[in-house]
Amino acid sequence: MGNKTPLYQAHVDAEARIVDFGGWDMPLNYGSQIDEHKAVRETAGMFDVSHMTIVEIKGSDAKPYLQYLLANDVAKLAVKGKALYTGMLNESGGVIDDLIVYYLNDAHYRVVVNAATREKDLAWLENVAQQFDVSVEERSDLAIIAVQGPQAIEKAQSVFSDEQKQAIAELTPFMAAYAGDLFVARTGYTGEDGYEILVPDNKAADLWAQLEEAGVKPCGLAARDTLRLEAGMNLYGHDMDETVSPLEANMGWTIAWEPEGRDFVGRKALTEQKANGIPRKLIGLVLEGKGIMREGQDVVLNDEVVGVVTSGTMSPTTGKSIAMARVQRSVDAEEVLVQVRKKQIPAKVVKPSFVRKGKSLI
Amino acid sequence: MSQIPAELKYVSSHEWIRDEGDGMVTVGITEHAQELLGDVVFVEAPEVDEDVDAEDEIAVVESVKAASDIYAPLAGTITEVNEELEDSPELINSDPYGDGWMFKMKLADAGDLEKLLSAEDYAEEIADE
Repeated sequence: MGNKTPLYQAHVDAEARIVDFGGWDMPLNYGSQIDEHKAVRETAGMFDVSHMTIVEIKGSDAKPYLQYLLANDVAKLAVKGKALYTGMLNESGGVIDDLIVYYLNDAHYRVVVNAATREKDLAWLENVAQQFDVSVEERSDLAIIAVQGPQAIEKAQSVFSDEQKQAIAELTPFMAAYAGDLFVARTGYTGEDGYEILVPDNKAADLWAQLEEAGVKPCGLAARDTLRLEAGMNLYGHDMDETVSPLEANMGWTIAWEPEGRDFVGRKALTEQKANGIPRKLIGLVLEGKGIMREGQDVVLNDEVVGVVTSGTMSPTTGKSIAMARVQRSVDAEEVLVQVRKKQIPAKVVKPSFVRKGKSLI
Repeated sequence: MSQIPAELKYVSSHEWIRDEGDGMVTVGITEHAQELLGDVVFVEAPEVDEDVDAEDEIAVVESVKAASDIYAPLAGTITEVNEELEDSPELINSDPYGDGWMFKMKLADAGDLEKLLSAEDYAEEIADE
């Protein structure tokens, strides 16, 4: 038996197929992951992502601590509620985890990290914190509901009180605000607009039920995976991990090189990598023949294996098999072959962003 | 509880087998199997006229999430594949025992049918999963 979120019973009652995900009993789907995927692309869907780990970073050194801990620079955050996406790297420049950090004030930031990496993340956060005057406090009293889709904002707002609506009325993307006892962030992982709502555990089931009443469809982790892959978003442990640098994983934009004087964990390794040439890169693939690309399959060019698929699936929006693959930097072809089971099938090389705002880009 | 028609035979790898007489059988995957797979999006059919042995991997059913091998339930020759599945693989989800059938084969030995699981045996097997 794994950990259970406050919404577990709601998932069971809805006859979700429950699977183990990083030690948590989570809904994979509620019948059809394709229907759930489409709901998020066309109307609104919601995900229980309470298994993700929320950590409060507090103390007079909170800012310098995070400036040293993270590859992106929290100095960019000056407005309360502003969010930043970043990698947390090891000394050799590999990604320990990717995360979102919210600014509350210079002595208080809120960090949300992945579920499967919880223990090593907390250990790393604590370890680095020893050099600073900060406290690292996990919040296990909050659930998270992600509401996503073209109608997500409108439908979510319909269940909020007037005060709550007012509190979040001006939220722009990548901003968050307190709304009563909710913490509402305009972030997500599907390529659609929407909110990620942090809600006290004991109120999560009510909020979930109200959202469902408002026409937001419960969606499982399976749909979340196809949605994020269509949006070209990396999944930790698949598209990057501790052996991969952000420069190899299309996360170069999350590294704040300026100011030069800011030391951060991994900076030296990344600087060397940049000077010597980055060995690999992440590309997008669209299969041209029949079949489905899957993680672990070889990418072949001129009879040579030049890379590996890191995430692959059938994209419900485009009806095609799409994938991300890590290949040698030198690969400059418009088409490669992917070893799909026993056959080598041609695939078109594209930017790893396949669907945006419900529209196919391929 | 998934439907397990009493008149069919089964193998542990979740294929069902319908005896069509004269050593001919039709094969598909069970309702339980399609539930485990989720939305089926691609089917790679076996080759017609191919001679197969029991437990050979001869076809693939892919759901959005994963690929699953389909095994020959018994030795014989593939005589026909369900071409509808090429354009409508979701028939496996919507009608696993009907329009979602996968292939037909001529058994090398019709007596082999006796080796297969009954509906009751299969129900017991999946109850333990």
